Amino acid sequence: MTADLLTADSLAAGYGPVPVLHGVDLRVPAGTIAAVIGANGAGKTTLLRTLSGMLRPTAGRILLDGQDLRGTPVEQLVRRGVAHVPEGRGVIGELTVEENLRLGALWRRDRRDAARALDEVYQLFAPLASRRRHLGHQLSGGERQMLALGRALVGRPRLLLLDEPSLGLAPRVVAQTMALLRRLRDDTGLTVLLVEQNVRSALAVADQGIVMSLGRVVLAAPAERLRDDADLRHAYLGF
Amino acid sequence: MSATRASAPPHQHRAVDLVRPGRPVPTLIRHLAVAAGAALVVLLVSYQLDSYRNFQLATVAAYLCATAGLTILTGLCGQLSLGHGALMATGAYTVALCQSAFFDRGVTSGSVLLLSLVAAVAVTVTVGLVVGVAAARLRGPYLAGLTLAVAVVVPALTVTFDGVFNGEQGLAVPLAPAPQGLGVYFPHERWQLWVAAGATLLCLVVLANLVRSRYGRLFRAVRDDEVAARLAGIHVARTQVIAFVVSAAGAGLGGALLAVLAQSVSPGAFGLTLSLFLLMAVVIGGLGRLAGAVWGAFLLVALPDLTHSLTNLFTLSPAAAQRLEGNLPLAIFGATLIVVMIAAPGGVQGLLSRLTRALRARWPAGRS
Amino acid sequence: MDRFLFLTLDGLSRGAVYAAFALALVLIWRAGRIVNFAQGAMAVAAAYVAYSVTAATGSYWLGFGAALLAGLLLGAVVDIAVMRLVDHRSPLNPVIVALGLVLLIQAVLGMLYGNEYRPAQAPFSRTALAVGGTAVLSPYDLFVFAAVGVVGAALVWIFTRTAIGLRMRAAAFAPEVSRLLGVNVGGMLTLGWALASGVGALAAMLVIPTELGLHPHAMDLVFVSAFTAAVLGGLDSPPGAVVGGLGVGLLLSYVSGYAGGDLIPLAVLALLLTVLLLRPGGLFAPVTARRV
Repeated sequence: MTADLLTADSLAAGYGPVPVLHGVDLRVPAGTIAAVIGANGAGKTTLLRTLSGMLRPTAGRILLDGQDLRGTPVEQLVRRGVAHVPEGRGVIGELTVEENLRLGALWRRDRRDAARALDEVYQLFAPLASRRRHLGHQLSGGERQMLALGRALVGRPRLLLLDEPSLGLAPRVVAQTMALLRRLRDDTGLTVLLVEQNVRSALAVADQGIVMSLGRVVLAAPAERLRDDADLRHAYLGF
Repeated sequence: MSATRASAPPHQHRAVDLVRPGRPVPTLIRHLAVAAGAALVVLLVSYQLDSYRNFQLATVAAYLCATAGLTILTGLCGQLSLGHGALMATGAYTVALCQSAFFDRGVTSGSVLLLSLVAAVAVTVTVGLVVGVAAARLRGPYLAGLTLAVAVVVPALTVTFDGVFNGEQGLAVPLAPAPQGLGVYFPHERWQLWVAAGATLLCLVVLANLVRSRYGRLFRAVRDDEVAARLAGIHVARTQVIAFVVSAAGAGLGGALLAVLAQSVSPGAFGLTLSLFLLMAVVIGGLGRLAGAVWGAFLLVALPDLTHSLTNLFTLSPAAAQRLEGNLPLAIFGATLIVVMIAAPGGVQGLLSRLTRALRARWPAGRS
Repeated sequence: MDRFLFLTLDGLSRGAVYAAFALALVLIWRAGRIVNFAQGAMAVAAAYVAYSVTAATGSYWLGFGAALLAGLLLGAVVDIAVMRLVDHRSPLNPVIVALGLVLLIQAVLGMLYGNEYRPAQAPFSRTALAVGGTAVLSPYDLFVFAAVGVVGAALVWIFTRTAIGLRMRAAAFAPEVSRLLGVNVGGMLTLGWALASGVGALAAMLVIPTELGLHPHAMDLVFVSAFTAAVLGGLDSPPGAVVGGLGVGLLLSYVSGYAGGDLIPLAVLALLLTVLLLRPGGLFAPVTARRV
């Protein structure tokens, strides 16, 4: 394994006076997929929001490729190679598919590569190519998923933060998404941190499983151990 | 004043109980007692002040009716009205027309003023009902826009129908002198203060009781969450219309009193600026607190006076002095409104409450 | 019939200005969910800048350019120095702050220039040209159409064809997602304020010579008319604002032509009341869901 792309050291964060995260430590090696799993209210989404700078940490630090992200505004993070696909996927319903995708690459200086990335996304997600002029809110759930992922990918990120990609999707679409993540990891060396309630499908693709409970990381283990060790699964995941 | 007690926040209850153990005094009795005390104070003060100060205090009382009404609407019920200047104009013109009608028919007794004031409130309530019914269907910027249109258009109507309202010149308000029984040399301004303060205290007692009543709770419920209020079975539109009508009554009385004090009415006095002044007074005093309305009314009278003395400190050409005098209060009002909204949305009364709370926290034995 | 034609064309010219001003209101409403009640006062301030520059240089066009520039700058300043600091959780707050700005701006203008009407110069003749014996349009009317047309087309181009326009729309629709995609949302909002205020300044420059003249309150009734136009078209819709503006212009022209100019304020109020009671979402509003 190579060096860690993302590191969080005793990270704490919360909303106003309500603390949610208490000293979260995690490391995600470059070119791997890490799945953050846990019950409702465990702080998974808060963790992602803190990592992408939407929420200011009250303590601890976040390192991206060894560089401290403290003080980096949210708008700058995408330029550092971090793409965050928020919960509910954040497709802008009032914009067309094409506009949504272009938005993902607007910050890029290399216009030629941005155009190339756009083409690649249309090849990757053929249904999007036929619906370029449709508005975001006219898309089906699966198409929105593709659009959100595609929009993140046109920025050619190093690190992809995914919040509940399986939410509200048919099992077949979930399986396709997970397979795609694995392919991206293998082909382009993309690093992924995904938050999931759907433990089985998340652990099926992940290299590392990070179990959260009540705002703390209670276990970080290789995904196959969590998958195969029944005792561990019973203890932490309840099935 | 009576209003201070009406807006006592819930956290004071414990302290009140310490001071006055046993059964609580009924709200109405308490408000009446406070009003009687305030009336006594005004009576005493009216003999201490010169006639100009008496007149100013009477103006404060007139504004207080309007700011208290607007406090109910904006602070308590969450509806913004920029049209209260126009509602004041309605009250003022009604009083002028009524008084003229009475005097033209040779009825010059002082008691007809009471009839005219009642008529002014009645007419304003009717106008308020029309605007309120329209307003109850509107939210946020739409409501503000509609009432802004009312504020801009209504003064212009006096010119459109100048047969009745006599255009820019306006109307005179004939008044009976102070009753003979008070003596021949009784100053007219003191009598004006008595009339204005009496009417205002009555208005405040009614409003303070309303705040503490079922309706006060309905208003707050609608302000805080319309959807939740509706789900709880509150008829939101009706509640909003009631709030609008109540506040229109306050504005109508306030406008009528202003007309009585100035003994004339003209459209220039009731432009958009007056509506904005009222809003500013309510915001700076503290939205949602009747005591804030008192602060606001004082400010409306005191600030132009202060800027007047301020401009007198400099030697200016007459033209420049006139420009400055007319506009400096407006500029200060506007700037204050912005600063207060950004820095202290609770207004003066909010700051005071915070201060007293902090003090009480330091000395827990302190009386309320 | 001639009179009807004349009033129609005059109404369209007047309506073009209302359309521009309504468009400015819609721009800010879409960008930040604020109806900028200070728009009229800000536009008058820009017109006073034009007055000073023209008085100093003797050139109308230098003054015209200065007004547009002043409008842009004032919009940006108002957003950065005031609106950004306001707590937007209650929709009342920005409205109240905008009204404070109205008081402040009008008072400062009154202090600097005095509260009297100053004659405003029109760059072209305002006497209508006759076509076949019928008075139709004045050169000034043609200038108004051209100016509003150019600005409207420029706005359409900016918002639909340029990257900055895409950013502005995205920032307005989904601020949080836009930030994640690297869009400077605050900057886009400031840009929106600047553009809107610039358009407002243009409208003031076009309308003031046709009214009584330059005065701190010169735009009060224009603001109410333009607000009516914006509501008529639905606050969210730029094409609606244009249609609404032309409609209000026509109505007011007919009212003043056939019933008397005194009735214009009453007609505006009646129209606004009617629209708000019958179709509060505007003529082009989509059907909205019940909230309970």
